Amino acid sequence: MFWLCTLLPFVVTPAYLSLASQIAITALFALSLDLILGYAGIVSLGHAAFFGVGAYSAGLLAKHYWGEPLAGLILAAAAAGIVGYAMSHIVVRFRHLALIMLTLGLGLLLHEAANSASDLTGGADGLQGVKVGTLFGFKFDMFGRTAYAYSLAVLFVCFLVCRRIIHSPFGLALRGIRENAVRMPAIGAPSLAHLRKAYTIAAVMAGIAGALLTHTTSTVSLEVLSFGRSADVLVILILGGAGRLYGGIIGAIIYMVARDQFSGINPQYWYFWIGLLLVVVVMFLPNGILGGLGAIYKKSK
Amino acid sequence: MVAQDIALELPPGVRYALIGPNGAGKTTLMNLMTGMLAPDSGQIFLGGEEITALRPHARVRKGLARTFQINTLFANLSALESVTLAVLERDGHAHNWWRGLPRFGAAIDEAQAILDSLRIPPTRETRELPYGQQRLLEIALALATRPRVLLLDEPAAGVPKDESAALFDAIANLSRSLTILFIEHDMDVVFRFAAQIIVMVGGRILVQGTPDEIARDARVREVYLGKAHAAA
Amino acid sequence: MLSSLATVLFDGFAYGMLLFLLSVGLSVTLGMMNFVNLAHCSFAAVGGYCTVTLVNSFGWPFLASLPIAFIAAALVSVVLERTLYRHLYRSSDLDQCLLTIGIVFVSVAAFAWFYTTEQQSARPPEWLRARITVGGINFAGYRLFLIVFGLAVTAILVLLLERTRFGAQVRAAVDNQRMARGLGIDVDRAFMITFALGGGLAGLGGALAIEVVGLDPTFALAFLVYVLIVVAVGGLGSIGGSFAAAVVLGISDMAGKYYFPWLGAFLIYLVMVGLLMWRPLGLFGKR
Repeated sequence: MFWLCTLLPFVVTPAYLSLASQIAITALFALSLDLILGYAGIVSLGHAAFFGVGAYSAGLLAKHYWGEPLAGLILAAAAAGIVGYAMSHIVVRFRHLALIMLTLGLGLLLHEAANSASDLTGGADGLQGVKVGTLFGFKFDMFGRTAYAYSLAVLFVCFLVCRRIIHSPFGLALRGIRENAVRMPAIGAPSLAHLRKAYTIAAVMAGIAGALLTHTTSTVSLEVLSFGRSADVLVILILGGAGRLYGGIIGAIIYMVARDQFSGINPQYWYFWIGLLLVVVVMFLPNGILGGLGAIYKKSK
Repeated sequence: MVAQDIALELPPGVRYALIGPNGAGKTTLMNLMTGMLAPDSGQIFLGGEEITALRPHARVRKGLARTFQINTLFANLSALESVTLAVLERDGHAHNWWRGLPRFGAAIDEAQAILDSLRIPPTRETRELPYGQQRLLEIALALATRPRVLLLDEPAAGVPKDESAALFDAIANLSRSLTILFIEHDMDVVFRFAAQIIVMVGGRILVQGTPDEIARDARVREVYLGKAHAAA
Repeated sequence: MLSSLATVLFDGFAYGMLLFLLSVGLSVTLGMMNFVNLAHCSFAAVGGYCTVTLVNSFGWPFLASLPIAFIAAALVSVVLERTLYRHLYRSSDLDQCLLTIGIVFVSVAAFAWFYTTEQQSARPPEWLRARITVGGINFAGYRLFLIVFGLAVTAILVLLLERTRFGAQVRAAVDNQRMARGLGIDVDRAFMITFALGGGLAGLGGALAIEVVGLDPTFALAFLVYVLIVVAVGGLGSIGGSFAAAVVLGISDMAGKYYFPWLGAFLIYLVMVGLLMWRPLGLFGKR
């Protein structure tokens, strides 16, 4: 039902298709964060690391070797997955402030590394000369139809995968870890192994989202690895409601649409309202918008 | 030094009670056995196999399960989900992220059977269960791992009188092939269920024996009642 | 060669003192209540802008504005604690992070509204800014002032913690909150005072930082990372840990900028990640 509505922008608001693509990409990114935050309970302030790895992988492939978008997707997924798997060995051992700082630090490290390795990445100027090929014969033009169809399709597929994971034994194990991390080893669960797997899968998805951004905008900027992007996706997920599969998507829609509408306004005011919204959400709507709606629904029954 | 010079042997199938004053080191001993604490020295064997180096979840896989003194449950999962998770972990299916849960009917059925035997309603969320049933769920989770040795940390702690009957029935009905060690302060429970009693004081084992021997032991009475009573 | 080393050490130490002032409050309050207050640097900005207003708009002398900066920041922190923070002491780390980040965003916007996004300056008196030459090496007088000030504050804090009854209460609460309450210590009141003290010190740090790093609305965010590094590496609830970590970070940062400018902040982050992996509770952490 919801997914049928996502086809509307093709017809109703064709001028906004590029925004719609960006929303789909951000939604996928938020979905990937939900997997580790909402379901496994890992607070990450550096999730953009995988987004950026995916974006740069896709960009570098397109620039130097091959413009085929799907190949870029696969490479991005693999690269992000490898980095995610490596990092997971460090990250899953920690909790609380150490975990927050580690994810933040690792994200910042990657950002600095990309900044310094300007021969490879273009540094602060970003990757120039990314030539994205056609997708099944469709060009990525400025009308954005191909871009949106592409982003939406990838989002949908990843969403289905996430849904499968949530309803699988592995998903139950992740919820177990989130509910009571102490009990898990006591029932024979290898919690760290589970968390590493979840972290890797989330990294793969974030990498795919990053590649989508590269393909739809034909550019990679250093900002894809920035703390700002990690913080934004966190806000988006919380806004929509973590642990609720659709939360990241709802949050992305609201956030991106609002940002687009208010883009004319001074950026200072944007941060003011986002800040205020965060305060309000945490104080009064701890489960995000979806949580609030769910609570209202329960009460009305 | 919380626990020292412990030399303990638990033959299979026997029910042991571990008693002693607060701070004697009973829960610490249990944490050492399950691997939540690492010993400074010494070895631990399960069924002839050394498990000293094994992480806690690996020891559970070998057949050593425990319950917690304070309910350590999955608050927002239902009882059925909780026990099913334990069964799935035991069978190694929990890594499967592709097949849906309903496809694992055998695990769900087994979980249902365990819950039925302990008379725990399956579908309510754990945090909505009355305290006594939550204590039973603690035991259910441990049983789901098909242990050879079961460690119960104060299973009756905090259970109101009207719910304790169900709890004691459940403990009484536990399989005779299980080796059980339980920490308890309630002496009625201890004398009713234990074939052997181990008394710990100040981090060491004071004495071990049958309920009768312990009841008559002067040192034990001294520990619990003071020197004047021990002489009586 | 030697003179540049001396300068790096000297400037680094001074920078470290600044970081210490900015971080010590967060470290202690985190250790006491486990409340992740990412808005801590907003208190610093409050102090900074207070000084800017007093010095530039009202013609106050720089040094005289410092106590007001302290008080203003302390007041703001107490108000926030009583109204918002208090309700989230038992909430998850994530919720606390999000609430306080929201407050940072609001504060950044508020400062931009009132003071524009321009860099502000509030110049200390001439005699404080003099350059001192020792053994052929130039030292900035202001940095010397920072070092002396920082050491003085450290001494006062240590005395406060070790010699007063209030300090004993704080130490008890950091060590074991439940037991402290059980002993009849009014932990909430002790926390409120500590929180005010920490916020005030941050405000002082913010005011003092103007001459060294300038002040603009994004100060609250820009320094947050450094402060968090100091707290995480130094260990929660430890004044000594914050001191050590701040000094190490300050000197490393200066050395990095001077000797390895191409590395940027890479070195700092690498050191932090490494240290945290080795000691997740911080070098002097208690929990």
